[in-house]
Amino acid sequence: MPSTLLNPILERHRRDGTRLMQILRETQETLGWLPPEVITAIAAAVGWPRARVQATAEFYSFFHTRPMGRYRILWSDNITDRMLGSTELMQSMCRKLWLEPGRVSEDGLVSVDTTSCTGMGDQGPALLVNYRAVTRMTPQRVDEIVELVRAGTPVLGWPEEYFQVEDNIRRSDVLLGHGLTPGAALAAALERGAPAMLDEVKAAGLRGRGGAGFPTGQKWAACRGAEADVRYVVCNADEGEPGTFKDRVLLTSHADLVFEGMTIAGLAVGASLGLLYLRGEYRHLLEPLETVLARRRAQKLLGAGILGRDFAFDIEIHLGAGAYICGEESALIESLEGKPGRPRIRPPFPVTHGYLGRPTTVNNVETLAAACLVAKHGGAWYAALGTRKSAGTKLLSVSGDCTRPGIYEYPFGVTVAQVLADCGAHEPLAVQVSGPSGVCLADHEFGRRIAFEDVPSAGAFMVFDHSRDLFETARNFAHFFAHESCGFCTPCRVGTALVARLMDKVAAGHGSPYDLEELFKLHRLMQGTSHCGLGNTACNPVFDTLEKFRPAYERRIKSLAFEPAFDLDAALSQARQMTGRDDAAAHLSNVA
Amino acid sequence: MSGKLRVATTSLAGCFGCHMSFLDIDERLLTLLEVVEFDRSPITDIKEVGQCDLGIIEGGVCNAENVHVLREFRKHCKTLVAMGACAVNGGLPAQRNHLDLRDILEEVYHTELGLAHGGIPNDPELPLPLNKVHPIHEVVKVDYFLPGCPPPADAIWKFLTDLVAGRTPHLAHGLLHYD
Repeated sequence: MPSTLLNPILERHRRDGTRLMQILRETQETLGWLPPEVITAIAAAVGWPRARVQATAEFYSFFHTRPMGRYRILWSDNITDRMLGSTELMQSMCRKLWLEPGRVSEDGLVSVDTTSCTGMGDQGPALLVNYRAVTRMTPQRVDEIVELVRAGTPVLGWPEEYFQVEDNIRRSDVLLGHGLTPGAALAAALERGAPAMLDEVKAAGLRGRGGAGFPTGQKWAACRGAEADVRYVVCNADEGEPGTFKDRVLLTSHADLVFEGMTIAGLAVGASLGLLYLRGEYRHLLEPLETVLARRRAQKLLGAGILGRDFAFDIEIHLGAGAYICGEESALIESLEGKPGRPRIRPPFPVTHGYLGRPTTVNNVETLAAACLVAKHGGAWYAALGTRKSAGTKLLSVSGDCTRPGIYEYPFGVTVAQVLADCGAHEPLAVQVSGPSGVCLADHEFGRRIAFEDVPSAGAFMVFDHSRDLFETARNFAHFFAHESCGFCTPCRVGTALVARLMDKVAAGHGSPYDLEELFKLHRLMQGTSHCGLGNTACNPVFDTLEKFRPAYERRIKSLAFEPAFDLDAALSQARQMTGRDDAAAHLSNVA
Repeated sequence: MSGKLRVATTSLAGCFGCHMSFLDIDERLLTLLEVVEFDRSPITDIKEVGQCDLGIIEGGVCNAENVHVLREFRKHCKTLVAMGACAVNGGLPAQRNHLDLRDILEEVYHTELGLAHGGIPNDPELPLPLNKVHPIHEVVKVDYFLPGCPPPADAIWKFLTDLVAGRTPHLAHGLLHYD
């Protein structure tokens, strides 16, 4: 690669290794992949050992250290995409392109593969073409894309409607109906001053919307109280939990609210820089968000002397590269520093030792947006919404078997049944709340409430009707976790692979009660010994469905005795071929 | 429990190193013999496994005979234990798994210098190798795993005494390792 191409990218990022993710992404957007000599050049430029740069380049699914074709097509492989027919559509696309999934065509033109949920559950089947989101795939659209690829039409020249992403807001409450003009909440926060703002957030009872529900005020206070010269605010927009897409909608239509929430957090904790970590699947939002940031700077809502006061704050956007694990806050910080996204050992927590070792508050997109409401209307007003322990409202990303998928905002405490009725779910069999790492609810639990006291949720709400097979859902999720495990700790790296393999064994009709028992054992082991939440929760879907939809498993059990997952007689095939033997001893039965 | 615990042991695709480690319990073997008696085992040289309380398997499954022996053990033993890295994970013999068996046979019996070039043995007396080497739990149900290459004598002792005493075997720090 000529240095004329690489140098502007390196200059833009000040040859700073902590900006490696952005350097690699921009380089790859120019070249299509990351050739070895380019990695060497980048390593030399940022002054890092080459192996460190290589490690980052190889960790992330969206970085390629070998050519992946001029067109890289990745089908979103969440269960909701599959329910909309993505598997068949992808097969038909591969057939028409004479391709095997995962392989690059011999002429280096195109590759077709699957990727984890792209956050388009309400408008699937979805895919990414050269990391641009395409929604609502149909057989006709497959044909058209095949033609565009064959003709070599640049992706920028593809029909606009392919890339249209809808908000699908079905129910608004105080957050989506905030009615705030840019700067209104920030002005109110500045009026209150930092300590009072912090008190209001505490009084509001605002809790983290990423799923864990940690009290935001407590987090901000800890960050503010930590001894340091510099502090940071990080907005976690790595919305990777399959079935979740509420942050996409907030960042599409309420970006001002999110950035303003970050600015208010900056004021409250005493930070002057905010970082928005945007998942790679939402690449299409980068330019619109940069435009909003530029406008806010022009409006004196960012930069030095915000709204004429002695307060400086600015925001940078970092794009991820297809790693679910980066939704975990310490892995996200590692990624922000240009490293593979592996969760850190905690304590120390990010509020004291976060980005670049400085106190950092990492908050979900929705939490920061909600902070604007607290700034404007006060903590008491906010605390009066929702339930006693779950103040405010929650955005739900509804997808699956319902007539009106999309975004629903409810005060905390809404019943699952209410959401099902509102979204037009017909004869629901189950709901997966909060994604694969959440909980699978059966119909006798539809009276339960979305709230931290009962069913906490990061936002996903996937509906399955009576035609669905919940074993296949759990198997899809098992493969998701096996793919997304960062590989750092053995219980998760090995455990997720074993669970996926066992589920495949049962699916292939080789399962026995022993295998179901083994799944339970692995669940206990991984929950108790994994390094982070990924391994702790990876077996939840299997555990829940085994408990609540056991017949889906039992139907597949053909033998009470243990059976191997592979065909023992076929395992002698190569030796038979080489020796020419076919006597009785040259064969094995598959049953003992 | 009345009477002695009846124990059978065998080595499949292993190196007998685990059995050697077993013998390293030294004079404790005499204490052990007060509560267990051996059925099929290299110690007794009994060829067929009878009804047993406990079966201990060293080594993975690399050929058809291993499959038969392993199944006989499973059929006759109430409790089956995978002892050592090869039984637990496939171990050293499984290092051939990234190669195609046909290439291996070709290399060893045709290409490689110094062998008699007698061709690939095809006597029906010889068990055929499997395409891949498998840990034993991929072929039969296994009740306990005793890792290590080999497991230390103290771990084997602890494991057996736990079982004899009716405790779920538990290897604490220092006894549980994989190398």
